[in-house]
Amino acid sequence: MQFVNLAAGEKLNPLVPHTAELVVGAIAFTLLFLTLRKFVVPMFEKAFEARTHAIQGGIERAEKAQAEAQRALAQYTEQLSKAQSEAQTLREEARVQGAAIIEDLRAKAQEEAARITATAHASIEAERQQAVTALRNEVGALAVELASKIVGEALDDQARQSRIVDRFLEDLEKSK
Amino acid sequence: MRVQLRSAAEGEGFVPPSSNDFELPPIFGDNPYTTKPIFLVLLSVILISTFFILSSRKASIIPSKFQFAGESVYSFVRENLAKEVIGHDFLRFVPYLFSLFTFILVNNIFGIIPFIQFPTMSRVSFPYILAISTYLVFHYVGVRKQGAFKYFKEIMFMPGVPKAAYILITPLEILTFFVVRPLTLSLRLFANMFAGHLLLLVFILGGEHLLQGVIGLKLISPFAFAIGIVLTFFEFMVQCLQAYIFTLLAALYIAGALADEH
Repeated sequence: MQFVNLAAGEKLNPLVPHTAELVVGAIAFTLLFLTLRKFVVPMFEKAFEARTHAIQGGIERAEKAQAEAQRALAQYTEQLSKAQSEAQTLREEARVQGAAIIEDLRAKAQEEAARITATAHASIEAERQQAVTALRNEVGALAVELASKIVGEALDDQARQSRIVDRFLEDLEKSK
Repeated sequence: MRVQLRSAAEGEGFVPPSSNDFELPPIFGDNPYTTKPIFLVLLSVILISTFFILSSRKASIIPSKFQFAGESVYSFVRENLAKEVIGHDFLRFVPYLFSLFTFILVNNIFGIIPFIQFPTMSRVSFPYILAISTYLVFHYVGVRKQGAFKYFKEIMFMPGVPKAAYILITPLEILTFFVVRPLTLSLRLFANMFAGHLLLLVFILGGEHLLQGVIGLKLISPFAFAIGIVLTFFEFMVQCLQAYIFTLLAALYIAGALADEH
């Protein structure tokens, strides 16, 4: 081997390759290339692709979510304004209805009052009628009684007569 | 070898490190397949494969720290080298460029890792292999893309050049594509690693030698070591840079072969 034979002052040419190194270098590099190509590059590429997809998907999702949010906001705004106008309508309606109810109640009350008054009038009239009837009967009886008294007592003179009448009336007054 | 040289040098003064220091003896007997560089190359393949297989095995959308580490290197090669240089249809060259980059990087960095401390790429055989394979790849790609005739015609007779200029340009182009490119690719890497390692040897071994000298020399030796440490950092930069440059040029050559016009 040249290692052994090397004399003290002799210089080796560093540009001359060694066969062993060429062979091993070629094999080693080929091996490395095949290994990296088969096991490493596809894995990294797969991860890169997945990452690209994830990022794109993320952006798309975000855009979609934003659009959705915007749509929901518009919807809510619309619903709110609708609700407000509806409330306004309802209030108006309630006011009108309330007024109508009050008016109605008042009319009813007046009617009731009128009815009660009419009933009272009728009952008073009836009682009066009754009283008149009763009075009439009583006056009749009294007249008969008076007449009998007058007939029973001698109706001498005018003065006596008037006394009797007065007494009678007085009795009548008392008995009342 | 190194041990023999150094022991022989004792008493004869300092023997500066030379290219002989890169000729490491076989570890087992005389078998030339058992030298340190060869073991280091195999070790690098095991390390790179293991690291990247483990970090990519459960590759998911949200990376673990380990996956992130492997993925950073991978996406550096994929995005900054392959995608930017080759552009359209870059994906099928990513495995090759990725292997190239990691292989050179790890073998270069072996030069400053404690107890290993030998840049494998300072053995010229390995850069030769990488340059040859890159050479084959980019010519193959060009032939496949444009057909052999058109591809070689466009290399030799660049379109859009006055006919008379072909006398000058054609030999230059042939030289560039078939000789200069693979040669510079391999020699650049080799020479950088070789020179860097030599430089470290000079300062570290020099410092060691100074330490054995008289008291005055002993006092100087820390400076030599300090420079050695600074140079180690510098070497780290060069090692990364060379891995990057080799891969970048490989990508550029592939891109050139793919392009319709050079």
